[in-house]
Amino acid sequence: MTDRLLARKSRNGLRKRSIFPYINAAGMILLMFITLYPVVNTVAISFNDGTDALRGGIGLWPRVFSLKSYETIFADEIIYNAFFITISRTLIQTVLNVILTAMLSFALSRREYVLRKFITTAMVITMYVNAGLIPNYLLLQRTLGLGKSFWVYIIPTMFSCFNMIVMRTYIIGLPDALVESARIDGAGDFYLFWRIIFPLMMPVAATIALFVAVGAWNAWFDTHLYNAGKVRLHTLQYLLKMKLATTSNSANAAMTSAEAAANTTLTTPITIRAAITVVSAAPIMAIYPFLQRYFVVGLSIGSIKG
Amino acid sequence: MRRAKASTGTALPDRLGLSKHSFWHTLWQQRQLAFMSVPMLLYIFLFNYFPLWGWITAFMDYKPVLPLLENKWVGLENFKWLFSRPEFLGAVRNTFAMAAINLVFGFVFPILLALFLNEIRRTRFKRTVQTVTYLPHFLSWVIVVGIAQTMLSSTGAINQLLVSTGIVSRPVFFLGEGRYFWWLVGFIHIWKECGWNSIIYLAAMTAIDPGQYEAAEMDGAGRFKKMWYISLPGIRSTFMVLLIMNIGYLMEAGFEIQYLMGQNVVMDWSQTIDIFALKYGINRGQYSRAIAAGIFKSIVSIALMTSANFAAKRLGEDTLL
Repeated sequence: MTDRLLARKSRNGLRKRSIFPYINAAGMILLMFITLYPVVNTVAISFNDGTDALRGGIGLWPRVFSLKSYETIFADEIIYNAFFITISRTLIQTVLNVILTAMLSFALSRREYVLRKFITTAMVITMYVNAGLIPNYLLLQRTLGLGKSFWVYIIPTMFSCFNMIVMRTYIIGLPDALVESARIDGAGDFYLFWRIIFPLMMPVAATIALFVAVGAWNAWFDTHLYNAGKVRLHTLQYLLKMKLATTSNSANAAMTSAEAAANTTLTTPITIRAAITVVSAAPIMAIYPFLQRYFVVGLSIGSIKG
Repeated sequence: MRRAKASTGTALPDRLGLSKHSFWHTLWQQRQLAFMSVPMLLYIFLFNYFPLWGWITAFMDYKPVLPLLENKWVGLENFKWLFSRPEFLGAVRNTFAMAAINLVFGFVFPILLALFLNEIRRTRFKRTVQTVTYLPHFLSWVIVVGIAQTMLSSTGAINQLLVSTGIVSRPVFFLGEGRYFWWLVGFIHIWKECGWNSIIYLAAMTAIDPGQYEAAEMDGAGRFKKMWYISLPGIRSTFMVLLIMNIGYLMEAGFEIQYLMGQNVVMDWSQTIDIFALKYGINRGQYSRAIAAGIFKSIVSIALMTSANFAAKRLGEDTLL
């Protein structure tokens, strides 16, 4: 009885007594722990001594501190090359993709443009109809002969339809008067786009640049499919992927199923793998918190109309 | 509106004798816009539409050495072959199962997270939680699978926790047993994307008029009543748009995680249609069969997409098409 009375009292007046905020905060802290633990654990393993790490049981801090793994991976010059390839592809792909997508979205946002409907429809259909893995592979590999070249990273990814729609929605939301007054002053469409619209698109362009850059940095499958045979073109993620593959395959061949699963980490030292993971993830980890306000805005724009 | 432009153009269409209002005349006036868009149109014709031509090889016994149209036509033979193979049927089942798990988890967890984040009043704490939960989204699948293998190994953190709390007596071989695979994929997806996917719902919730909450409070609604009757209906249209979109992409149950994490011993549970196509097409050179598998996937996707859109229209919701 008293409990019910108290509960009603707190609902009516003493709202601050509620324990909900504390439970909620505790839940959030648990969530952050679950999110961060595997990441911090990987960093800890990468700074741990290799043989000691095999015992397992490393938590949030290295048990036997060692920089050996980082020395090993940076002693191999292939990682510098992989860095160079990854950075170049990310930069070129991002700049090209954002400018071309923005340009197209500007053209398709002009209501008077005669090809607007046709091109928009052709673009939107591609979001739902996809020829699939093999026909695309045959096109790039056989018809265009892009295998074993750097351009296979750039050419198929110059444009994204989804991003175009997000950008177009943003441009349509800008005041019409901007375009109209520039038109009256005799400005052409290039001038309009480059000098007036594009500078105003910075929030959405930054969001999309981030998406594209993350996708480019994290891509490994194109290397796997087209450039596996050319070490000079390997990306960071692909190097890491190969470390993963050698461990699980050799484990499979030598052991029974259950043991294989248990010991996937035996062949490539777990510490080396952790160190490559840290090195390949660090650049994005360092950047994304500062771009947070941009991508939140950008995602909200996208949600207005798929 | 176009007067300013018209005077700057060289009168090429006039010399060609085109009337002032013809399509080509307008296009000439809008040539700067055309220059910004037509190359991209050609680009998608080459990269998105031209490969569709490759679909005809699904009806052939295609040998890459021959010119395309000189291959033997076999009708639906490749499709019959696919559906007589338990391996392909298994891949279809796995694709659907993982897609369904991802779809349900992918809505439930981010919406719950957004609801509870929305209740946090301290802005800095809220921002911190958000920044932390976005983090895994920026990690590649290669990294995430690597981390998952470490976490799930017999000496990994999860087994240590399970053994030390007495839930299991011996370490569980998570990655070596097929029956765990679908759920692992589901949970790893959530770990990676939950925070990120909550952004959009949280943005929709912040757009709700605070007056609604105040009015509800006056009427004596508690915290959970407000969540149920105001916050959730407030994100309804966002939810519907995302639902239709995700049903359209249902067949994309994910490829990278299954490809990277599925070892041979769990192949019966991990192989999706895409992996099947990759294996038969690229590793074994059976292009016709692999493309047939891809066509099946595309047709199911389009059917799902249009029916979801149709259903939404009937229910009076916003639609995509």
